[in-house]
Amino acid sequence: MSSQPTPPREPRRLHGWGRTAPSVAEVVTPRDPDEVAIAILGAGPRGVIARGLGRSYGDPAQNAGGRVVDMTGLSRIHSIDGETGLVDVDAGVSLDTLMRAALPFGLWLPVLPGTRQVTIGGAIGADIHGKAHHVVGSFGNHIESMVLVTADGAVRELTPDGDESELFWATVGGMGLTGIVVRARLRLHHVETAYFVVDTDQIDNLDDLMDRQTRDDEKYAESVSWFDAVTTGAHFGRGILTRANHAHLDDLPEKLRDKPLKFDAPQLLTVPDVFPPGMLNKLTGRVFSELWYRKSPTKHGAVQNITQFLHPLDIIGEWNRGYGPNGFLQYQFVVPPSRGDVVRTVLERVTAAGKVSALNVLKRFGEGNRAPLSFPKPGWTLCLDIPVGRGLGELCDELDAIVLDAGGRHYLAKESRTSAEAIRRGYPRLDEWRKVRAAVDPEGVFASDMSRRLELV
Amino acid sequence: MIDAVGNPQSILLLGGTSEIGLAVVEAFASDRPMRVVLAARPSPRLDAARARLEGRGCAVETVEFDAVDLTSHTDVVQKAFAGGDIDVAVVAFGLLGDNEQLWTDAAAAVEIAQVNYTAAVSVGVLVGDRMKEQGHGSLVALSSVAGERARRSNFVYGSTKAGLDAFYSGLTEALRPHGVVVTVVRPGFVHSKMTEGLKPAPLATTPEAVAAVIADAVRTRKELVWAPAAWRFVMSALRHVPRPIFRRLPI
Repeated sequence: MSSQPTPPREPRRLHGWGRTAPSVAEVVTPRDPDEVAIAILGAGPRGVIARGLGRSYGDPAQNAGGRVVDMTGLSRIHSIDGETGLVDVDAGVSLDTLMRAALPFGLWLPVLPGTRQVTIGGAIGADIHGKAHHVVGSFGNHIESMVLVTADGAVRELTPDGDESELFWATVGGMGLTGIVVRARLRLHHVETAYFVVDTDQIDNLDDLMDRQTRDDEKYAESVSWFDAVTTGAHFGRGILTRANHAHLDDLPEKLRDKPLKFDAPQLLTVPDVFPPGMLNKLTGRVFSELWYRKSPTKHGAVQNITQFLHPLDIIGEWNRGYGPNGFLQYQFVVPPSRGDVVRTVLERVTAAGKVSALNVLKRFGEGNRAPLSFPKPGWTLCLDIPVGRGLGELCDELDAIVLDAGGRHYLAKESRTSAEAIRRGYPRLDEWRKVRAAVDPEGVFASDMSRRLELV
Repeated sequence: MIDAVGNPQSILLLGGTSEIGLAVVEAFASDRPMRVVLAARPSPRLDAARARLEGRGCAVETVEFDAVDLTSHTDVVQKAFAGGDIDVAVVAFGLLGDNEQLWTDAAAAVEIAQVNYTAAVSVGVLVGDRMKEQGHGSLVALSSVAGERARRSNFVYGSTKAGLDAFYSGLTEALRPHGVVVTVVRPGFVHSKMTEGLKPAPLATTPEAVAAVIADAVRTRKELVWAPAAWRFVMSALRHVPRPIFRRLPI
């Protein structure tokens, strides 16, 4: 066999966005799909996993002692069709890049999570969702086809309803464990402008906040609420409900009409890596919560750009460093529509345990999709950010029981500490997924720290 | 894998009947039970340890291990890792001995040196190598404040711990680029079977308290800890006391 060009590789210490549980792997950076296949076929006994921009909070894009394929080298946008809305992109392209390229064509990514710094491959692997889930569903719903390199090095083109639709849906939400997605065709939405018409409501307690979201969410394309988990008493869970629709051209003020598709997403500063542990405590958490609540008085019909409305945290680069060296975790779960009470119970437990969560996001999901490991299903999803500290493990174990007993489950892209049993209970179709995965990867070539920790395969 | 809040999935205890070692396992198991490998000579105490941990919900395996049988170590470590990754390994075996016998009886001195130092180095190399392959892991070695400055009253034991301490401190650096955290633990006087009948020194502590320090160190990826923490400052001062004064101290 002639000498094949080997992609660059080096040992590297990797962790997730939560900066917890690092491990060391050999990182390979392929430049094309052939090199992806070479990287897979050359994997050692501890296997291989793909990694994008490392925005998962826990360990799904780490593979201790094995190989990690850095997909950001595959970053071409092959085509954008302004008429049909179809785009053909490499898996290493970020949502940010794609969005900037697609907006001039009047195209909009229907699913945008809390950050745009996510690759297409990662978006598929975690089947990400955004504030529009109640209307458009999750990322997997918008894929026309994808190209997957499997454990045998074969390149397969998968579609949602084709011959290998089972593998397609096992890959959606499959956390990279079925193979490596190298390319995908997505269907985007048409928009007239890059702006939103936003209704903001300041609501002074949790019950009213949830009630409002239940009543008229359907009128809006995007809906989410932030609430204060620090203030107790009658104002417990006071929050800001922000809901929006895409702005039409005539919604825009005169000065914005010249360039309605201008992408307005500045990054003002990058957080230096110098913060001590314990920066977020009861005091700073209270100040933050107060400011966040006060900055958003009730106002309807405001025109906002994407950063103001969707990604306020993207203004600050590497904001996760602010939590200090011990890192933090996000606790995100979904419970059925009838179990909104769990939201309050969980919050009360967190507050009673003396933990401070400043970034609390609550949303009502719409219908789920066909993927066995896809996270969203109808109901309430709550996401909390908590710095790692003593007693957090026990608290989260307690919360797990409450969530699971209510018929809920946890989001793997955020997960960093639960038990294998909790995932088994939350995802009743896990065995069905395992069967599909075992057929396509019988030797278990694809493996990650997460797959070992949660015994996914 | 050790998760984001520091729960391991598996622990290897070298010196499977060590009171401190078992207390470490229990400290982790009280948060979440895991797979435990106890490496020790077969004995009723080992059986009791197994039963105790199983009672806490752990899945327990045992591997026959005799620290002085150095040629068997490769095999022991291989067996210990046969069931999958080891997230935390604790080197907890050791002898204390009677100092007056130890410094006058060559055979006894060699034995304690072999168990406390040579065997500890041997398993350190072997376990370190496996963890290096894994790309993750936490390796804990039980040193002693007695190793920080040799005292007339227990310098033979102290010398073995000084050797162990230096070896594992260096191993910390060597394994760091491979994702492995090596933690050197320096307890003071610990009330245990090993110290039964001895007069407790100041700052005396219990196996459970030492275990809590170790569990916390593993969770926060610390490389050097004292138990209790005050020993750090006491020893820092004692190390610099001039010899003529040091030998007069009632320690």
